[in-house]
Amino acid sequence: MSLSADEVRRVAHLARLGIDDSEVAATAEQLGRILQLVEQMSAVDTAGIAPLAHPLETSQRLRPDEVTEVVQREAVQGLSGATENGLYLVPRVIG
Amino acid sequence: MFDLSLTETAAALRARTFSSEELTRESFQRIARLNPALNAMITPAEESALAAARAADARIAAGDAVALTGIPLLHKDIFCTRGLRTSCGSRMLDNFIAPYDATVVTRLAEAGMVTLGKANMDEFAMGSSNETSFYGPVKNPWDLERVPGGSSGGSAAAVAAGLVPAATGTDTGGSIRQPAALCGITGLKPTYGRVSRWGMIAFASSLDQAGPMARSAADAALLLQAMAGFDPRDSTSVDQPVPDYFSGLGQALRGLRVGLPKEYFGEGLDPAVARVLEGAIEEYRRLGVEFVEISLPNSGLVVPVYYVVAPAECSSNLSRFDGVRYGYRADSPVDLEDLYTRSRGEGFGAEVKRRIMTGTYALSAGYYDAYYLKAQQLRRLIRDDFQRVFEDVDLIASPTAPSTAFRLGEKQQDPVAMYLSDIYTIAANLAGLPALSHPAGFADGLPVGLQLIGPHFDEGRLLNVAHAYQQVTDWHLRRPPETAIADGV
Repeated sequence: MSLSADEVRRVAHLARLGIDDSEVAATAEQLGRILQLVEQMSAVDTAGIAPLAHPLETSQRLRPDEVTEVVQREAVQGLSGATENGLYLVPRVIG
Repeated sequence: MFDLSLTETAAALRARTFSSEELTRESFQRIARLNPALNAMITPAEESALAAARAADARIAAGDAVALTGIPLLHKDIFCTRGLRTSCGSRMLDNFIAPYDATVVTRLAEAGMVTLGKANMDEFAMGSSNETSFYGPVKNPWDLERVPGGSSGGSAAAVAAGLVPAATGTDTGGSIRQPAALCGITGLKPTYGRVSRWGMIAFASSLDQAGPMARSAADAALLLQAMAGFDPRDSTSVDQPVPDYFSGLGQALRGLRVGLPKEYFGEGLDPAVARVLEGAIEEYRRLGVEFVEISLPNSGLVVPVYYVVAPAECSSNLSRFDGVRYGYRADSPVDLEDLYTRSRGEGFGAEVKRRIMTGTYALSAGYYDAYYLKAQQLRRLIRDDFQRVFEDVDLIASPTAPSTAFRLGEKQQDPVAMYLSDIYTIAANLAGLPALSHPAGFADGLPVGLQLIGPHFDEGRLLNVAHAYQQVTDWHLRRPPETAIADGV
């Protein structure tokens, strides 16, 4: 199992990870080795086996729909590099 | 002062042999001497620690103390601590100061423990050697040219070197147990849901669990007692009473039936480690434990399944780091896409990016069934292996890691070789089982750990068994030579 340079670029784009052209070949090689390891899964027939997502197979607990948290906008937005009037700033999206 | 167990320290504090403030000051002096070579602690919190120590002293004087009051502690830097940087070992969070405490942090603070600072770790807990940290590798106190294991490598090295008697860790695929083994301490990964994950930065949410790291099982029992319990803020927290782990210690082991999985003692296990474990098993036999060979037939699938499930969950969890709301933000982005890709590309290290990309690939259109769904199906088979075995045996014993601590840099260029250092620990995470590693001896001067795996919520038994072993052995009391560390900068 090996990945092409284009596949590496596609996955990096999906993950919104910047990747230098100089890193593409090494990344392809390493991801290929990890996928080769993972390929061992295909040796087992899993037809009819229900997937296990939660190790204790319990379902998500629900809580009453009540307001329990307080708004801490200043504390939370203080962590951001760029805010204004309670809004987060990003580069212009619409021209 | 630095060789005492938690109960002995608690007794000394109550007897005013020394105060918590004195202990805290001495601890920082010891850290100043030993930490430069180890790099186990990355963020000190001296001022708040001294305030907490004085509060603990007042509490002790007022007769209002519990067992852990006034005892120093390090938190793995994955736990959010209000007002104290929480970096998760990453450039991404190098500037992050959480506005709240994790539940584990709150609980241990309420018990009166004194947080000295934050422990180094592999970036976002992704690593088995503590070499992926943005703050540089941690060194193993037994040999400064070797790794401490990971991802809770800072916590393990700090406890082994006696910087602190206790530390928190987290374990997604072995991150408490493997460094505990490589540094010669005791570490426990509880049952999934036993300890709250709230405020613990998420790596793989269906696998992550926090647990105690300490010298002995008795110390770990005291810590787990304070850490465990239901938390309404964590939707996967289990609402079940917490037994008294500490008073549960001291029960005889006669009649205990322990399984030795043949798949865990075969090819891939260093013969020197195997010899040490044979000695430990012999010791357990003298305590009346009966060993039987068992089989976990799907063991060969554990690492492949993990390297789908964990990266898939990681790629989803780490999508929150967008350069906008908190964490690292790239300079002068030309557009929104550029802001995302450069903030993430520059903020994350190589291993984290590798895992995000593996997970993104496994979850991407057309591959989901072949990877993620397949892994979840195999996860059931792995879990079923354990259920079947626990109908016949009380516990499972195995090596914690296939070798002793390896050299810095030895596995850095080969991610798959690194992944295989967790070959014996990962299954407990996939099956949600509690598992403990305790010191079992030395091979070529380096510590070896023995792993005990139990059925869900059987932490008490794991601790009791390890405690019984530690009553007749002294491996957990051995200390690395201090002068070698102090001179090792």
